[in-house]
Amino acid sequence: MLKLSGITKRFPGVTALENVSLDLAPGEVVAIIGENGAGKSTLMKILSGVHHADEGTMEFEGAPLMVRTPSDALDKGIRIIYQELSGLDNLDIASNIFLGREHRRGIFVNQKKLNEESRTILKRVGLKVAPETLLRQLSIAEKQLVEIARALSLEVKVLILDEPTSSLTIEETQNLLNLVRELKSQGVAILYITHRLDEVQQIADRVVGLRDGKNAGEMAKEQITKDAMVQMMIGREIKKEDRMAVTGGEVALRLVNFSSARYPNQAVNLEIRYGEIMGMAGLVGAGRSELVRAVYGIDSYRGSIEVAGNPVRIRNPKDAIMHGIFLAPEDRRGCGLTVEMSVKENASMPKLKQLATFGLISLGKEEAYAKNSVALMNVKTATINTKISTLSGGNQQKVVLGRWLAMNPKVLIVDEPTRGIDVGSKAEIYAQLREIASTGTAIWMISSDMEEVINVSDRVAVMHEGNITGVLGRDELSEESVMRLATGGH
Amino acid sequence: MKARGKELGIFIIILILIGCSYLQNHSVLSADNLINTGRLIGIYGIMSLGMAFVIITGGIDLSIGSVIALLGVIFSILLVQHHVSPLLTVGIILACGAGLGWGNGILVTKAKMQPFVVTLCGLLLYRGLARFISEDETRGFGSFEGFEWMKALIGNGPFSIPNPLIMLVVLSILMYLLLHKSVYGRYLFACGYNEESARYAGINSKKIITISYVICGLTTGFSAILFALYANSISPSMHGNFYELYAIAAAVLGGCSLRGGEGSIVGVILGTTLLLVLRNLVNMLGIPSSLEFAVMGVVIFIGVFADTLFRKKA
Repeated sequence: MLKLSGITKRFPGVTALENVSLDLAPGEVVAIIGENGAGKSTLMKILSGVHHADEGTMEFEGAPLMVRTPSDALDKGIRIIYQELSGLDNLDIASNIFLGREHRRGIFVNQKKLNEESRTILKRVGLKVAPETLLRQLSIAEKQLVEIARALSLEVKVLILDEPTSSLTIEETQNLLNLVRELKSQGVAILYITHRLDEVQQIADRVVGLRDGKNAGEMAKEQITKDAMVQMMIGREIKKEDRMAVTGGEVALRLVNFSSARYPNQAVNLEIRYGEIMGMAGLVGAGRSELVRAVYGIDSYRGSIEVAGNPVRIRNPKDAIMHGIFLAPEDRRGCGLTVEMSVKENASMPKLKQLATFGLISLGKEEAYAKNSVALMNVKTATINTKISTLSGGNQQKVVLGRWLAMNPKVLIVDEPTRGIDVGSKAEIYAQLREIASTGTAIWMISSDMEEVINVSDRVAVMHEGNITGVLGRDELSEESVMRLATGGH
Repeated sequence: MKARGKELGIFIIILILIGCSYLQNHSVLSADNLINTGRLIGIYGIMSLGMAFVIITGGIDLSIGSVIALLGVIFSILLVQHHVSPLLTVGIILACGAGLGWGNGILVTKAKMQPFVVTLCGLLLYRGLARFISEDETRGFGSFEGFEWMKALIGNGPFSIPNPLIMLVVLSILMYLLLHKSVYGRYLFACGYNEESARYAGINSKKIITISYVICGLTTGFSAILFALYANSISPSMHGNFYELYAIAAAVLGGCSLRGGEGSIVGVILGTTLLLVLRNLVNMLGIPSSLEFAVMGVVIFIGVFADTLFRKKA
């Protein structure tokens, strides 16, 4: 049905794709795996008309496929859902779904019909929100579902999903996979790009690996195993951790009857100890990020916070930092970093006042500080003056962690620390988190990646709709025990 | 690197403009003309410096023309009618400028109002106040009796270099250090690029942005004094009209982005110089002065348009 052969794409200074081939049959789910920078996204952008191949041919339903613009692809029934969201925050869900092809009544928009049809589609994708809701009120996961709903509102022959579950949690992921199965049974061909290998195992009929812009192999359904896939992506084996839990020392951070703005009526009590990694699991919308934002002083809160046994008042991030609480936020590019600035400037940002004499930055001190922080985290960057936007996601995250690490944190909060980061860098970041904890820092790690939660944490607190439904020790940790608590059970 | 190229570009344009017009009229490079243009560059430059800080935060200040009228009127009234000591008067004017800027900053950061709207209201309000306080009568300093020395502020210094130009150079060096070398400057750029991530890094972004409006108010106050002395005839309904647009145009020509996060002191100075050289040439080349704004509009447009083209190619 869809056949790509010999696709090559060069960007100035780099060959993104080299002689890549791919074919896809109706009703088939093909997973595309590969580390960041392997060329997955470029391949999809060629299919959808954003980029054009320098060499190679594309065929669709037996005829040569020409996609010069994204609308060419849409006309053919090829829909792509990007990793980055493109919805309009200021419009409601229904308007987003039907943007550009609204039902009309004369010159007016037939909002009633839009809402009705949207309701049907939303039910299909499993999003229980009214179509009149403004997009800005939704979480990232919910926005993702709106994107999918938008794709489904048209006739689809090929659906391309680029990391569709990177911000979804267990329940939403399962919904999405069911949706994929349903579309498959209707004869839709699906290209599924992901880092999450267990999802591949669940739904892929075939796996295509990409490595450094080239085909790295293919596996039929019965050959698919996690180890084999990881092998195909990176060419080395990753050992699964089997270790004892670290028992923390004194209590570093204590929340007493603490409520965030999202769930003002739910009071949370939590203790995190020096030296341990406290994982926090839960479904999206459970209020984990909101809890952390309140502790960090971004949002207001009620209740009390104690750091090392002393009650503290945190009104803004500056207060939090002063008390030794640091946050590496979920939205790295939007909140964690200033992407227009250099590695050095990002690394030194919170410490700048101490690196200055009479308000003037000492270039020598700043450079030394930035170099130290880059070395601490083993950030791979050409120079410390490189613009941070040119670094990979994993290295960007390391800069965020490094700048806090260099300030001797009491409590380091990491919100989805490896979201959108490739397998190799993930392992490195886990090792670094463990090392930071071993120096006595209390680490609070929010994660929607079950494997990450189970492997990295010493204890796991599970949230459900604003409550902490349980704290699991390492020996009690399993996918089932976490899931039970996350869905509100015991 | 890109910013450097742009600054060089503007510098070359200035040289070409002067060169071409010299061929038409040799008095373009006469001592008198250079001194007078230099004086104006000094005064307008001081005014534009503060605007750059506000624009780098992603904000704008439309009120400075009216503030220049209001403070000019107050300056004259205090000196001439109330015989307040000149130094104290200068202090009062600077404090007023800073205070008005602080008000803008608080409204923008704490009340979360849009800078365009806040300062548009200021533009109307201060103009009205200027006319009311002066009873809509033109004010001045007569023969500067009792404060003759103040005339020197707009006069010439060593080697006949106009004092406003010297003051601009000194102030530019201070502002350069503040914007490009200090912690405050770094924080200002960080807030201009992405206020949210600046906040996450522990920066008090509201304070940083408010201070930028105070800086703008201070340079406005300073230039208001110079403009008033220079004009020695402050018509409350005309004085300072469109000056905010000169400052914004100078900043934009010099590489400030109205989206925030970009700009440089050298750029602003070059932008101001280009505007005033252009205005001077319109006079010197006998182009009808009614076309003055049209010529400037076209040149600013070409400058920004060319920059957009280069940026796409880069």
